[in-house]
Amino acid sequence: MVTTALTDLWYGFGVALEPHNIMWCFLGVLVGNMVGVLPGMGPLATISILLPLTFGIPPVGAILMLAGVFYGSQYGGAICSILLNLPCHPPHAVTCLDGFPLTQQGRGGAALGITVISSFIGASWGITEMIFLAPVLVSVALKFGPAEICSLMLLGLLAGSTLARGSPLKGVAMTVLGLLIGIVGSDIETGTPRFTFGIPNLFDGVEIVALALGLFGIAEFMKSVNQLSTVDTKYTNISFKDLRPTRDEMRRSWPAMFRGTLVGSLCSLIPGTGPTIASFIAYATEKKISKTPEKFGTGMVEGVAGPEASTHSSVQGDFIPTMSLGIPGDAVMALILGALMIQGIVPGPQLISEHPDIFWGLIASFWIGNIILVVLNVPMIGIWVKLLTIPYKYLYPSALFFVCIGVYSTNNDMFQVGETIIIGLAGYLLLLLDFHPAPILLGFVLGPRFEENFRRAMLISRGDIFVFVKPEHWISLIFIVLCCVLILAQLYVRLRKPKALAQELEMNAETNAIAQAEP
Amino acid sequence: MFETQLKKRDFYAGGLMTLIGAAVTLDSTTYDVGTMTHMGPGMFPLILGIVLTFIGVLIFGAALATPLGSDERILPEKREWRGWFCILAGPTLFIIFGEFLGMAPATFVCVFVSALGDRTATLKGSAILAAAVTFFGVLLFSYVLQLPFPIFRWGN
Repeated sequence: MVTTALTDLWYGFGVALEPHNIMWCFLGVLVGNMVGVLPGMGPLATISILLPLTFGIPPVGAILMLAGVFYGSQYGGAICSILLNLPCHPPHAVTCLDGFPLTQQGRGGAALGITVISSFIGASWGITEMIFLAPVLVSVALKFGPAEICSLMLLGLLAGSTLARGSPLKGVAMTVLGLLIGIVGSDIETGTPRFTFGIPNLFDGVEIVALALGLFGIAEFMKSVNQLSTVDTKYTNISFKDLRPTRDEMRRSWPAMFRGTLVGSLCSLIPGTGPTIASFIAYATEKKISKTPEKFGTGMVEGVAGPEASTHSSVQGDFIPTMSLGIPGDAVMALILGALMIQGIVPGPQLISEHPDIFWGLIASFWIGNIILVVLNVPMIGIWVKLLTIPYKYLYPSALFFVCIGVYSTNNDMFQVGETIIIGLAGYLLLLLDFHPAPILLGFVLGPRFEENFRRAMLISRGDIFVFVKPEHWISLIFIVLCCVLILAQLYVRLRKPKALAQELEMNAETNAIAQAEP
Repeated sequence: MFETQLKKRDFYAGGLMTLIGAAVTLDSTTYDVGTMTHMGPGMFPLILGIVLTFIGVLIFGAALATPLGSDERILPEKREWRGWFCILAGPTLFIIFGEFLGMAPATFVCVFVSALGDRTATLKGSAILAAAVTFFGVLLFSYVLQLPFPIFRWGN
């Protein structure tokens, strides 16, 4: 098995090292890193805006580029949190806690250097995990019937909506709303138009680009306009040679990096627990293990190395269910899956055997991309720091133009720009009511396949709804039991343990404050 | 008593979800629901509609049962009517100008109007920004990416 994996990986490197693929990967990482550094642009907005630009590229290049944008912007976010104390996106919120004090002590460069090393180690482990775990998952998943796929999707949707930020109940509501938006358009089996309000442009369904740009573009701009103060650039004078950590800092960071990597990869195995939760757990672990826990928050390198390694290892791990089962763990993965579907590729366990160039090329490109990131960030750090000072009032109007033209270019249809505006307005109303719109995308992407498999399962079982829990479908039964455990655990935390609840609320308040900073 | 309820955010959140759920449930019965074995196009939306209504009622009920939070408000403290209006107006004008005058005017107007949404924005500053974005936008989308969208046009 190891040999086949290695041969496949070798093949993947062959694909990823083709000149045009390297170019797309490089472009993705560069643009992702650049936009990720900009205050107020998270990975979701970045990927949504760049999604339409990839339609003209062949599938392999498009996926390599989008994945590059994703981890590039992850890395850009770290720069933002360490140098500006601005958690540009949630996984880096904990990096602020010790990263910014380091910056104030003049060790910001070293903190960035440690970030580079820890993210590389974390990512490498995540990739290795993917190489060996994905084929195993696939060989199991290929035996799945409609009932099993259905229960697995239910588990994925439930985990994605209840473990994310905010109230689990509201998360589930958003997922259901996403599933409903996925229904808009002609019914797959009978062709009956559903929820189209008689508008012919909606017969093909809601465009994923319009949905993503409405929710993560327009709605977010409405939330952040005039809310972002001009950044304090007092500490951003970092040059190339500052990046080198001292020997003592490195000695303290190594174990933290490996612990963080472990935490991240464990978190990525549980569906729905994305990089944010992984980074929080890694920080808590470091604090618990440390001999001087009281010093955390005053600039401990361990508090930077651990969470960063765990974020990156869990980010790579998130690709495992997305690519091998076709079930995305969060909104970013849902977008990448959506991009695959636009390219005409059906996600699911057959993807690896049908499109080995995409799967193994993607894996190989992760490594190449991460090396490009390291190489890129060492000399370019000065430019990134300059980018941090671009005020939001110039950013969002330019981004709005990219939103409009991006949506227009998907089908050369102005109707969809209007669709985006309406979705944006609705998304902002949902934000005001304290709903987090990310699960909508999850439901939207999985919706049509969920319905299809549900119908098929019902047809095979002659309408017996209990088919999902029959002993002959024991795999499905396990998924349903896991769903119940998830719901009961949420109920238990909320009803029985006021203390734990208070703690969680505190953490929620913290993440919400971050979410507010993250526009 | 009732007035405190009206201040709660989840009062409206739950209410909105219940309404959407109920509307979906009602509307899905106009399609062929079919049987469990042979589901029609209406069955899946019907199930989802009922689930959403149920969740909406739960959120609503939870809001009635919990005391009013200290910082609970629906509209943010500072109401950015100008910002909100400009952000929505920009893309709307993009549609109108794009449909009748072409890409360059549409881009300029979209960026110009939405830039005015910032409190500190000036007419001159917004115009410069709009001109710059138009220049690079046309360069990128028309010349590099060859988007079939005329730079200038008159009428349809």
